[in-house]
Amino acid sequence: MHASSAAAPAVHYLNNEKTIKSWITTVDHKRIGVMYLVAVSLAFLAGGILALLVRTELAAPGETIMGPDAYNQSFTLHAVLMVFAFIIPAIPAVMGNFVLPIQLGAKDVAFPRLNLASFYIYLIGAVIALTALVVGRVDGGWTFYAPYSTSVGNGVLFITMGVFVMGFSSILTGLNFIVTVHKMRAPGLTWSRLPLFVWSIYATSIVQVLATPVIGITMLLLFLEKLVGIGIFDPALGGDPVLFQHFFWFYSHPAVYIMILPAFGVISDLMGTFSRNRVQGYKFVALSSVAIAFLGFLVWGHHMFVSGQSAVSSIVFSLITYLIGIPTGVKVINWVLTMYRGSVWLQTPMLYALMFLITFSIGGFTGIMLGVLAIDVHLHDTYFVVAHFHYVMMGGNVIAALGGLHYWWPKMFGRMYNETLARIAALLVFIGFNLTFFPQFIMGSRGMPRRYYDYLPEFEIFHQLSTLGSYVLGVGLFMILGYGIHSLFRGKKAPANPWGALTLEWTHTDSMPDPHNFHHTPVVTRGPYDYHLAPELFNDGVSGDGAGESAPEIVHRDTSEA
Amino acid sequence: MGENGSFWLPEAASTIAPEVDALFYFVYWTSILFFVGVVGFLIYFAVKYRRKDHSFVPPAFHENKWIETASIVIPTILVLIVFTWGFKVFVKMYAAPPDAYEITVRGKQWYWEYEYDNGVVVPNEVHVPIGRPIKLNMSATDVLHSYFIPEFRVKHDVLPNRYTSLWFQVDEAGEYQVYCTEYCGTSHSAMLGKLIAEPEAEFQRWLSDQNADRPPEELGEILVASYNCAACHSVDGSRGVGPTFQGLFGSERQFEDGTTVVADENYLRESILMPAAKIVETYPPAMPPSYSSLSARELDGLIAYIKTLQ
Repeated sequence: MHASSAAAPAVHYLNNEKTIKSWITTVDHKRIGVMYLVAVSLAFLAGGILALLVRTELAAPGETIMGPDAYNQSFTLHAVLMVFAFIIPAIPAVMGNFVLPIQLGAKDVAFPRLNLASFYIYLIGAVIALTALVVGRVDGGWTFYAPYSTSVGNGVLFITMGVFVMGFSSILTGLNFIVTVHKMRAPGLTWSRLPLFVWSIYATSIVQVLATPVIGITMLLLFLEKLVGIGIFDPALGGDPVLFQHFFWFYSHPAVYIMILPAFGVISDLMGTFSRNRVQGYKFVALSSVAIAFLGFLVWGHHMFVSGQSAVSSIVFSLITYLIGIPTGVKVINWVLTMYRGSVWLQTPMLYALMFLITFSIGGFTGIMLGVLAIDVHLHDTYFVVAHFHYVMMGGNVIAALGGLHYWWPKMFGRMYNETLARIAALLVFIGFNLTFFPQFIMGSRGMPRRYYDYLPEFEIFHQLSTLGSYVLGVGLFMILGYGIHSLFRGKKAPANPWGALTLEWTHTDSMPDPHNFHHTPVVTRGPYDYHLAPELFNDGVSGDGAGESAPEIVHRDTSEA
Repeated sequence: MGENGSFWLPEAASTIAPEVDALFYFVYWTSILFFVGVVGFLIYFAVKYRRKDHSFVPPAFHENKWIETASIVIPTILVLIVFTWGFKVFVKMYAAPPDAYEITVRGKQWYWEYEYDNGVVVPNEVHVPIGRPIKLNMSATDVLHSYFIPEFRVKHDVLPNRYTSLWFQVDEAGEYQVYCTEYCGTSHSAMLGKLIAEPEAEFQRWLSDQNADRPPEELGEILVASYNCAACHSVDGSRGVGPTFQGLFGSERQFEDGTTVVADENYLRESILMPAAKIVETYPPAMPPSYSSLSARELDGLIAYIKTLQ
């Protein structure tokens, strides 16, 4: 198992079987990860195109390219696709599936068939949700607030059923990962030696298992409300619309952590690897993810400060919101400190990690702003909120996912991508992202409400900047798609460990990995970021040269040390 | 709006607004300070410790307990200050003074309706006296809405079958923008209203004027403007969400089921009170039944005004 050349191994997970049937019936976590990658990329593409349509409509006041009903449906579908079909599965289902079992030194997840079932459930859910497009009108945003959501077209029936079904995929994936982390760690891989990516996926899985049933029930009740008018939420039938909001946010706030915790894991791995240092405050970063997972259940009411919930509950929710904010802030400080006295290697994945620290910090600070009761009253449901959650969701999750994708790409596909193009695209994404969303903070705090088809002239300049930014962002993202596809066919062959990383997927598997990951079960004798031990582990201690001219194998692996 | 505001915030027109703004800028500058610190160190480290020699192996670095502790304790103290401050202002916002002047507000698709205690009902443009607290008692007749005046820094959701309220006090006369900030359907973004704050005497005069007689066409024109009919119905022949008013009266209407009818007074009356009854071909059934509370006189006025648009 000494992969001494950059050439891909003769047998790897992509070529051991080549029939279509071998793909649709595969239980290999790596193949399932790749299938999720294709599926969530399509969802991201569709959601992204809708976002560009929305931004184009808002480029000028009045009607630009579509009428109000088309606009209202566009932003709603953008949100539903991005939240349920893209962000929630993005990092856990793609990178969690591909990387987590290998980082644990396992041959697969604990329940491989269940894993495949999760993928199909996700697909079925997505198809049901998209049926709504054909059936008709779904508007009002991804929050489906009653009684509006039950008063318009039948499309909502399909969206709610789709979300209900996709929820099972999320629950089963979470369950699978929890059991895998508990039961399938390699000998010597103690909890304190787990890569932080594993810790974060573990924390995420807890939230997925505990919170997702709540959205399931909520969607089911909304479905029945629409279908037979049972009157849980519609006041005209004796229901309570605020109850719906409690139900909805009881899931959807924890869901924010389903979206962001995996990003924390990716960033931790990137900061350690590309700084050649231990991640500062390893224990704090690891355990605070788990703490945040649980505390995340107790803050849903901060979405409802002006909804009519009691003042006392608003005050309690505001306080707990801060309790969650602090560990998150400390993590950012730890990541920055990880570079201290390190050897900071500014390859594309690291550029995304640094970008994350900047954009996520802005998302975090504006979150503190929104958590202040008196200020939230002013900012609630304005573009300030839109900007804030895009800084957290896109500036957090998507930027981290892009970093992770560039980091694990050589492992997944055995090829390098063009480093120069990747850096240019990263810059475009950074500029485009900030140009899109920063003006939204300003217009939001100046009073521009969200979900508006039209706006007053005073907001025009901000909307135009934002639209311009979205095009730059779009160009950057399409560039990534372009050189990614190019890399699959023409990219330089990747060595087993181009980054000189120390986690098992790099040190003990080939690029691409064997169908069974390892030829022998690895034995772990050190922490995931013990880069100061590199000379002993890698003989000469050098740290790989990434996308160098011929991408040679620099890291000499000696599995007998393990 | 905005001419007297700052870069981040519109004019602070209510008595509570300066208190909110002070807190906003406290959080803002504290955040800027920390953000500059984080990004500053990030850039400094990335440059200073940038990989120069790929065989360089950094020595094991031991964590500094003081930094770890300080990075927990200092932010904790700061957020507790911000929380307490925000909580105090929030309580003040929440509890209306007992002597507040009360106005009933109803949120409907897609306009605001105001009712004064003398029975005067006006749509979309509300007048209030300056120099005394005003309390809005709000409810909705269809779906959720949310009442927002940026210059006053106040907002509250408006719910069907439940009363919510907000209060404010304005000391300077002026005209302020009212928004709906809870998504409520097709013309959510057109659910805009005005709040006119004026001295007590002017306000009282305006209020008594509301009962004055007006010719029906003039009343109709005012109603079309104030109910924001133009969000869907143009008066110049151009196509909107709904049919234009121009040339409507007396024209032949073609319906989805193939039948036709000439638009007379009865047809207009029915179309306003029961919009779903007859849907003109090629138009969506988008009009909500929000207008059934119009009085007979208002209906007559609307019809008289549409008649003039030939």
